[in-house]
Amino acid sequence: MNWTRKDLVGLHELSADEINFVLQTADAFKEVGTREIKKVPALRGKTLVNLFIEPSTRTRISFELAALRLSADVVNVTAAASSLTKGETLLDTARNIEALHADILVLRHNSAGAAHFLAPRLRTSIVNAGDGAHEHPTQGLLDLYTIREKKGRIDGLHVAIIGDIRFSRVARSNIFALTKLGARVTLVGPSTLVPREFEQLGVTVSHTIDDVLPSVDVVNLLRIQHERQRKEYFPGLGEYIRLFGLTKRRAELLKPDCLIMHPGPINRGVEIDSAVADGPQSVILDQVTNGLAVRMAVLYLCGGVPR
Amino acid sequence: MDAAAIRRALRRIAHEIIEANPDLASVVLAGIPSRGIEIAHRVASFVLDIAQTPIASGVIDIAMHRDDVGTRAELPIVRETRLPLPLERRTVIIVDDVLFTGRTIRAAMDAISSFGRPARIQLATLIDRGHRELPIRADYVGKNLPTSRSEKVRVRLEQTDNEPDAVWLIDA
Repeated sequence: MNWTRKDLVGLHELSADEINFVLQTADAFKEVGTREIKKVPALRGKTLVNLFIEPSTRTRISFELAALRLSADVVNVTAAASSLTKGETLLDTARNIEALHADILVLRHNSAGAAHFLAPRLRTSIVNAGDGAHEHPTQGLLDLYTIREKKGRIDGLHVAIIGDIRFSRVARSNIFALTKLGARVTLVGPSTLVPREFEQLGVTVSHTIDDVLPSVDVVNLLRIQHERQRKEYFPGLGEYIRLFGLTKRRAELLKPDCLIMHPGPINRGVEIDSAVADGPQSVILDQVTNGLAVRMAVLYLCGGVPR
Repeated sequence: MDAAAIRRALRRIAHEIIEANPDLASVVLAGIPSRGIEIAHRVASFVLDIAQTPIASGVIDIAMHRDDVGTRAELPIVRETRLPLPLERRTVIIVDDVLFTGRTIRAAMDAISSFGRPARIQLATLIDRGHRELPIRADYVGKNLPTSRSEKVRVRLEQTDNEPDAVWLIDA
């Protein structure tokens, strides 16, 4: 396979071959993390700008560390510290960053389509680090990487994504990538947060968690995105936990080798009990470690592609 | 060069490695993908055959240690490096099919140093075609092949390429 993309905007537009190629490339970069010197010169002399219009700790640090391990220089810009607060448009901000010879712009934005808008307008590589409720491609890739690492395959597995699907970019990226690689996906949650319309993406929708848990190979739990919900989508947290929380008792319905995943940040006691999040089936911290290797792969591919 | 000539050359390299390294247990053959890996395996099995001593071999990926990412026509594919660790007090012999400018070897040495500090690093190559751009020379050479810069050296190996063993000099 020959990688030709300067941008990673979403997993929707990637082919199964491209997704597999990123995962293979991540294998090589995961090995770098085991070396005594965890740094390679692949992107030496390149500059990466982390432009984060929405708050994030995990993703920003992960991109920053990934860039540093590839020997790129990194600058972090947050919304509060940028001229966006003075009325500058996103495109103008991005063009100014490009004029400073930045090679890669990692963008986290609260509007769906922000990365998609910038990518064709700039020579700089655009890597989407989450755009509204649209996509979070590197999270989707690291979830797939973790599943493939633990299960040895993606094809033929049954994956349940549970929680606030409506407002989740993680869910969308996972749905696109998992279905492309041959996994079966079931979405679980209250009908207000998991509308039937999602079936058009080639997945199953269920509102009864206990029916789904016994048959799945992976559960991916999502946080309730209070910051995106402009009205109440369920009566109360107590009821949500009772109907959809992965409690210790409910986790006993799972197959013993079922993986428990969560993109973080976790709300302990809401979507997942502490005992389950910290239990033997949980691969939540493996996801974080793998995220570094996956982001190194994405930065290497998009930043290194011949122009 | 045909299959028999390649076999003779690699067998001779195995003899030379045995002669130069009395402590074969400390030697690691590090093949550069993709044909260097196959050559390293073959040399290792000749060493086993001749000296009755198994010799460690591994893979050293150089793609992420190149200094020309983004300027080549194609982005090099990165692969996992697999070396027996630790490398301290060992002799690492880098193995490649063709030695040309020496830049690949520089990248390989850089990659090795990120795993530790071997006692020695040596270089074995099936073909040395000249035109070095760095102060690098091979310790073990299968065949010195004088070339012009415009010519290409085409190596085919059974396992890697699914073709009979052969080396050609091609006018490009």
